[in-house]
Amino acid sequence: MTESNSVAANRSASWLTAVRAAIVFVLLCGGLYPLLVTTAGKVMFPHQAFGSMIIVDDIAVGSELVGQPFTAPEYFHGRPSAANYDPFSVGGSNYAASNPDLRSRIAEDSDSIAQREGVAPDSIPVDLLAASGSGIDPHISPESAIVQAERVAKARDIPVSRVNELIARYTEGPTLGIFGQRRVNVLRINLALDGKESFD
Amino acid sequence: MNEVIIIYAVTLLLAWPLGKYIAGVFNGGKGTAGAVFLPVESGLYRLFGVDPSQPMSWQGYGKALLKLHLVLVLIIFGLLMAQGLLFLNPDGIGGMSWDLALHTAVSFLTNTNQQHYSGQAQLSYLAHTFGIVTLQVVTPAAGMAALVAIVRTLLGRSDKKSQPSSDGTVSVGNFYEDITRAVVRVMLPVAAVVALIIASQGVPNSYEGARTAIPLDQTAGMTEQNIPIGPVAPMVAIKQVGTNGGGWYGPNSSVPLENPTPVSNFVQTVSLVLIPAALVFALGFMTGRRRLAMVVMGVMVVMSVSLTSVAIWSENQPNAAFSGLAAEGPNLEGKEVRFGASATALWGSWTTQTSNGSVNGMHDSFNPIGGMIPMIDMFINVTFGGIGVGLIGFLLFLLLAAFLGSLMIGRAPEIAGKALETREMKLVCIALLIQPLLILGFSAITVAFPALTGNSNPGFHGISQVIYEYTSAFANNGSGFEGLGDDSVWWNVTCAVNLALGRFIPILAPLAVAASLAAKRSAPEGRGSLSIDTPTFGLMTLAVIVMFTLLSFMPVLILGPIAEALALMS
Repeated sequence: MTESNSVAANRSASWLTAVRAAIVFVLLCGGLYPLLVTTAGKVMFPHQAFGSMIIVDDIAVGSELVGQPFTAPEYFHGRPSAANYDPFSVGGSNYAASNPDLRSRIAEDSDSIAQREGVAPDSIPVDLLAASGSGIDPHISPESAIVQAERVAKARDIPVSRVNELIARYTEGPTLGIFGQRRVNVLRINLALDGKESFD
Repeated sequence: MNEVIIIYAVTLLLAWPLGKYIAGVFNGGKGTAGAVFLPVESGLYRLFGVDPSQPMSWQGYGKALLKLHLVLVLIIFGLLMAQGLLFLNPDGIGGMSWDLALHTAVSFLTNTNQQHYSGQAQLSYLAHTFGIVTLQVVTPAAGMAALVAIVRTLLGRSDKKSQPSSDGTVSVGNFYEDITRAVVRVMLPVAAVVALIIASQGVPNSYEGARTAIPLDQTAGMTEQNIPIGPVAPMVAIKQVGTNGGGWYGPNSSVPLENPTPVSNFVQTVSLVLIPAALVFALGFMTGRRRLAMVVMGVMVVMSVSLTSVAIWSENQPNAAFSGLAAEGPNLEGKEVRFGASATALWGSWTTQTSNGSVNGMHDSFNPIGGMIPMIDMFINVTFGGIGVGLIGFLLFLLLAAFLGSLMIGRAPEIAGKALETREMKLVCIALLIQPLLILGFSAITVAFPALTGNSNPGFHGISQVIYEYTSAFANNGSGFEGLGDDSVWWNVTCAVNLALGRFIPILAPLAVAASLAAKRSAPEGRGSLSIDTPTFGLMTLAVIVMFTLLSFMPVLILGPIAEALALMS
């Protein structure tokens, strides 16, 4: 690092240059880039831009993308959540497979779901017992919905066939038959049960 | 399965033309793109006060890089401490503690994005955009600049830029020209395209504060649900394409607001590997050594596919804790229904092969073998690797393989016609050996004092949590076994040390090696010299990488994930 290096170009590497470049980069990358993209995104996709909210009779009842807690018998229930479905404290359980606390949580849930739905523990789909990564997974598998169909029908005093029909209608398949898994949006199917979502 | 194969194919097919484009950006940078971008760039040079045609020695280049980084880290550190007092903070979020702000600033400065905080609750919009997004654009560009400087000097066509001057000093290029082109022509355009695609899928785009909903089942105990939004899409896009990894929401791309659909998951997965793979092709286009680029790509793809296959197999096995209590099925603890086990395992493997570190499921809850793959990926860290630094790391292994290979065929060690001597090999060894030294050293100290670890899981997995955290820090990855209670002074400070050394030594040492080699008289590459662009040499390099990784890290893998897997089997 001798001063005599003919190509050391110390002028280009001065502290003043670094300060000026840093400030310009902060304004360009941290200011202009997000501002332009956010503005374009808001214009092109206004519904998505503000969290994909579902509005029923002028009231926001939730977001298509955010699961909610359900405990009443007349609703489909979602997956276990390590965050109690609070989007400000999102997170998974982070339990390792070897952690005894995971085993006891599943044992407890498996027992109560088996009783509630009147099925054997080994026929409960895995996703209904496994906590999601986000803690606000809006979906369950169609199998997990079918397990709950009889209880929902009984609580609402409607035929099971009608509930199963609704499950079939609300089951989304993989995109293009390739990307992603089959799934049911719990909030949307529950809104449909309440007659608050129009069928298309 | 089809999903995984298609994602691999699409990524490599897109990386080819992007690599060609990137090579053009740094080989003169004229043409159609030049007409658009050159005026922007000269405007920026005027604002910086630099003359981009001025060549720099490796020391000058390194100093310019370090100075810019030091100024940036001070700005961001201040921003994080003071965010509570500043504007663009609709949700009223307070400032960070000094140690958390230090760790966060260094973590993003080093392109790591290891997070000991949860963004939606602990960062204001000002800190998220001006602080975090700035570093997410600039740091991959800095990595790319360093790579270009090294490749230009080590393997470049003999042009005036890499010729020694009269006093023997070698120019490696101009740092500000390289980084500006990487920002303006590569990082920002690619990120903007990805941002708009994922915005269409539901990623929020707004400077307004959180939304409030009245949940449907009021008997479930939640009267109001507050949903954090923000200018999320631009950040998530650059997080994915810039091998950054730090997300808006704590659990990253597992959160449906950050990664809403299988389509957004597809785009974000491709984005993990896109630019790192494109740079390998760019290496071929820049230097005219296309066969060498194909050999490098071949080795990387072999490593990637074999490790990813193991992860996908493992996550499709049932989680041992569910046995007898649920129907047979893959391990879905910590995973999202819309993605499923295979797409999550693919992401987990790619994000650690590229030094990205974003996640779409919780690695802590992977099955033991599935959780071991990300650790191996990060030990290797050159399967694609971080933008710029991944390929720089691969070139180090290439030098080591050339050194050993030359000795094996009984010749004086050389690469590209330049003699590999003590000085170069010492630098290569320092750059390689500091990795096991730091990871194993810090892990040993931390495990020896259980009060420091902050483990959330007992037994062998507790050891894995500690090793994972330091490995992730040194590899500048940023993913974690996130149950770990890592927001403590011990974790924040020791990780910051690993982050900084894991970033700057692997950049500066190879830069010095390249300059040192370029200053030597070149022997013509003849029939007797070692060819580095053959499949045989690729195999040699692969063997060196595997041996180095196994010798360094096999013992800790046995203590952690392998012991856990065996214990669960019995």
